[in-house]
Amino acid sequence: MDKTYAEINAKIKEGKAVVVTAAELIDLVAEKGLAQAAREVDVVTTGTFGPMCSSGVFLNFGHSAPRIKMHRVWLNNVPAYSGIAAVDAYIGATEVPEDDPLNSNYPGEFRYGGGHVIQDLVARKPIHLKATGYGTDCYPRREIETTFTLDDINEAVLFNPRNAYQNYNCAVNLSNRIIYTYMGILKPGLGNAHYSTSGQLSPLLKDPYFKTIGLGTRIFLGGGIGYVAWHGTQHFPFIQREANGNELGPNGGTLMVIGDLKQMSPRWLVGTSYLGYGATLSVGIGVPIPILNEEIARLAAAKDEELYAPVVDYGEAYPNRLPGNLGYVSYAQLKSGKITVNGKEVPTAPLSSYPRALEIASLLKEWIQKGRFLLAEPVQLLPPPTGQPEPAKLK
Amino acid sequence: MAPKKVVLRFSADIADKPIIYRLVKDYDLVINILKANVNPQKEGTMVLEVRGDLYAAGLDYLRHQGVLVQDLTQEIARNEDLCTDCGACTAICPTGALYLERPSMEVQFDSDACVVCYLCLKACPVRAMEARF
Repeated sequence: MDKTYAEINAKIKEGKAVVVTAAELIDLVAEKGLAQAAREVDVVTTGTFGPMCSSGVFLNFGHSAPRIKMHRVWLNNVPAYSGIAAVDAYIGATEVPEDDPLNSNYPGEFRYGGGHVIQDLVARKPIHLKATGYGTDCYPRREIETTFTLDDINEAVLFNPRNAYQNYNCAVNLSNRIIYTYMGILKPGLGNAHYSTSGQLSPLLKDPYFKTIGLGTRIFLGGGIGYVAWHGTQHFPFIQREANGNELGPNGGTLMVIGDLKQMSPRWLVGTSYLGYGATLSVGIGVPIPILNEEIARLAAAKDEELYAPVVDYGEAYPNRLPGNLGYVSYAQLKSGKITVNGKEVPTAPLSSYPRALEIASLLKEWIQKGRFLLAEPVQLLPPPTGQPEPAKLK
Repeated sequence: MAPKKVVLRFSADIADKPIIYRLVKDYDLVINILKANVNPQKEGTMVLEVRGDLYAAGLDYLRHQGVLVQDLTQEIARNEDLCTDCGACTAICPTGALYLERPSMEVQFDSDACVVCYLCLKACPVRAMEARF
């Protein structure tokens, strides 16, 4: 009864594939049982929409006459990296203007950064380009200042080194002062708890052993079609366990993704600012999971009640890289609006949008049902969970 | 009568007049200052909870003095085109005016519960919360 990619794609082309969102799969398994659901369903769609700092866009502007070898580049006053070929540049999501006050007026606002440039680009707004060069015999021009839109340039490729974190810390603040973090504003003395995945809809929580996701997996990226290019940086997947050995779901996996920015949409690439922390980009990603066998269906049907996030203190433990955590909470508890930490009831709030994640999973489902989106069999699967992740430590 | 919340805007030329004193003394209104930013020779704003039989007459007095009077609910607004329903504001809002609808997890804004503290303007990562003047 196992299925192949080719069989599923043949059904998609005929318009006969059975596609459900990860949320719908959970209901289907409850209703019909795992074996029946795994037989019926061909593809499960997932989604996530949240801030993903390790994101950016490679651009090629085309050549001016006379030519310039761009040594420094600014887009809407935000510096882009230009240490590549003459008119190539990379605009990173967290870059901010050189005259941004940063945290000198704490907490800084970081109102406009690389993520906002990317959203303006994809919204096809005019972008102000300034570049300087030092002049060479083949590239004599020393300065250019102009405006362009996404349609005017040769290429714009979204290439994000680390996206779609499999799972993430639930952030709290044990200190006695308010802190401003990439997990939002955290009030002192366990005043609130912030989390940031879509739980039962989140792509990498639904394929914890990377049995289907790998290099070349075709995905929903920023409203267009993208691909998994590699495992993301800091990809250290493992299965969380309690002291008694009980499994608490996966954590630590990440994706490196790539796609043509010109197909994408400002609804799914949103410039984002965290008070006191910085600028970034909220990215929408959806990964289709082919139900090749019952085991893949079982893992894709994991519920919020079975998926857990570690609770981590961002007042002291996180910034100082102290090991350990304050326990685990399930996504069902997180979504209920309150959890208990150190005996205290703490209100919770997400930073990643569940409604947008559901919209992505539903859009991807529609694309597949209409035959617009075929599954791509990975060239190579991503590294699976290891027993004991050992991230590098800077000395 | 239930208290009403109003936002008062004072232009620079009337910021040094004892307007609130007269409002309380002459119109016998019970007021609670929720927020105030008043400086000599500068424009000022104040958020007031007001209750009393002469409420309407009191507000007319304010307008007559050149104070711009608005209902509080007009003050903070959610730009629904920008809001991504992430929820980052919901544990920051002190009054529960911003909250998550369950199980959809959509962000809702109950402007009646808003006290115009502006915390959501800081907490919103996409600047969807706007102060409208």
